[in-house]
Amino acid sequence: MSPETKPDFLINPEGLRLDGRRPDEIRPTELEVGILKKADGSAMIKQGNTHILAAVYGPRELHPRHLTLNDRAYLRCEYRMATFSVPDRKRPAPSRREREISMVISNALEPALFLEEFPKAVVDVYIQVIQADGGTRCASINAASLALADAGIPMRSLVPAVAVGKADDKLLVDLGDMEDKYGGGDIPMAIIPRTEEITLLQQDGSFKKEELIEAIRMGINSCKYLHELQKEALKRAYAKRAPAEDDEEDEYEDDLETDLGESDLPEEED
Amino acid sequence: MGDFSSETISHIDRHYIKTLLDNGERIDNRAFDEYRDIEIEIGPVEAKAEGSAIARLGGTSVIAGVKVLTGQPYPDTPDEGVTMVTAELSPIASPMFESGPPREDAIELARVVDRGVRESGTVDTKKLCIEEGKHVYLVFCDLYTLEYDGNLIDAASLAANAALLDTRFPELKLEDDELVETGKMMKVPLENMAIELTASKIGEHIVIDPHIREEMVQDCRLTMAIDEEDNFTALQKGGGVGPISIAKIEEAMDMGLARVKDLRKLVLEATSNKD
Repeated sequence: MSPETKPDFLINPEGLRLDGRRPDEIRPTELEVGILKKADGSAMIKQGNTHILAAVYGPRELHPRHLTLNDRAYLRCEYRMATFSVPDRKRPAPSRREREISMVISNALEPALFLEEFPKAVVDVYIQVIQADGGTRCASINAASLALADAGIPMRSLVPAVAVGKADDKLLVDLGDMEDKYGGGDIPMAIIPRTEEITLLQQDGSFKKEELIEAIRMGINSCKYLHELQKEALKRAYAKRAPAEDDEEDEYEDDLETDLGESDLPEEED
Repeated sequence: MGDFSSETISHIDRHYIKTLLDNGERIDNRAFDEYRDIEIEIGPVEAKAEGSAIARLGGTSVIAGVKVLTGQPYPDTPDEGVTMVTAELSPIASPMFESGPPREDAIELARVVDRGVRESGTVDTKKLCIEEGKHVYLVFCDLYTLEYDGNLIDAASLAANAALLDTRFPELKLEDDELVETGKMMKVPLENMAIELTASKIGEHIVIDPHIREEMVQDCRLTMAIDEEDNFTALQKGGGVGPISIAKIEEAMDMGLARVKDLRKLVLEATSNKD
């Protein structure tokens, strides 16, 4: 269903993209930390129409045991797409693509973590793509990194990620679905912002060396912007949990009265 | 699914829950026949799925997405389309869920919800036929658990029904042996929406919409699909091997009949804004 047709152009004569963005502009991005209550840590990202949830469980005991690492925790990422997240129904079983993406996400996140603090354990990162509209592996990294922070896994840094690409010979950041499908290439990347070290780099399509370098520079800039959004999301989540100043005091007084047996609460005595 | 009676729960908890019930109370202060807060959100997958919804039942939440494809009918029903409900207990939803091929509990969830939708004649599959014997619509409703805090079946049923009601897809017709869009949009032909309600038997008590800790101590649960005319269109006893008496079944059914209208109203209200 919902057949998609190739657009006539990806960049219009005014130099704007299909959704009206400038080449170096990322899509409207919404990040929220701690949205799944059962998980030790969780985060949601909406980047344009791309919508992803990430949950972290652990550090916890690792099954099956033969995967155990003696000097550090095993970081196990699982990237899965919902059957309804794409125009044609995706088959429910994990595809080779999903397995590969799970692995590169894990590799992108691991350098930022102090996994040596938890030898023999596992940190599970589950990523569920609810709606896919391009750039899901990068959006997954953005969300998973926040979920790891929310779970209290010690880390050097958050890891922001973005896909840079090319359409009509112009470099673009944060590719949408159409730009990914019909454009001239795709470079998903993730960085550790402070050192600008790159922890994920893949590429398809065809680029000249200079183009590639420039694309990565653009990517680093966008990642730094995303990093700011990540930090804000984290602060928002924890600022919300801090006790509100005025209401709290009254509640403490109530508690005190209860403790002293002076409350009016009906007491059950059989 | 929803069957964690085998999961570890301490004797203290077990005793506590049962003692509370003996005193007419539940662990979250609900009445025995009271549901947790229900919230239904429509269209979380608006851009890619033909229909979608998230249902929240207290701390439990389930997302449903509907995809409509075309394909061949089954040989024994050449003039009927196909509806299918699948479910996955995503590990995202609970520390108790693991990745891997679906286990019995996930299969049970999918099949129970599927029966609620399908066997009750909720969808008039004859209206999903494009050309007899050749082309029909295939309606897939896929469920993913997002948070598990007890009673997944009811949350899944609410999400599935809401997503099916939300579904709009382009009407197709056969022209020169090719399927072309007519330009009109179709709805899923929902004729008689059945809603599923689940009650737990714990000792001599029947409680509706069990909390996760109630599920852990339950003897068994009874899921009932009830249609618009108050007919029971599906039943499933599961969630433990404990036996249940006729009297208790009747008690659960009365509770279900008393609550089903509220649930149906919530689903209809949530989807009423659509055109």
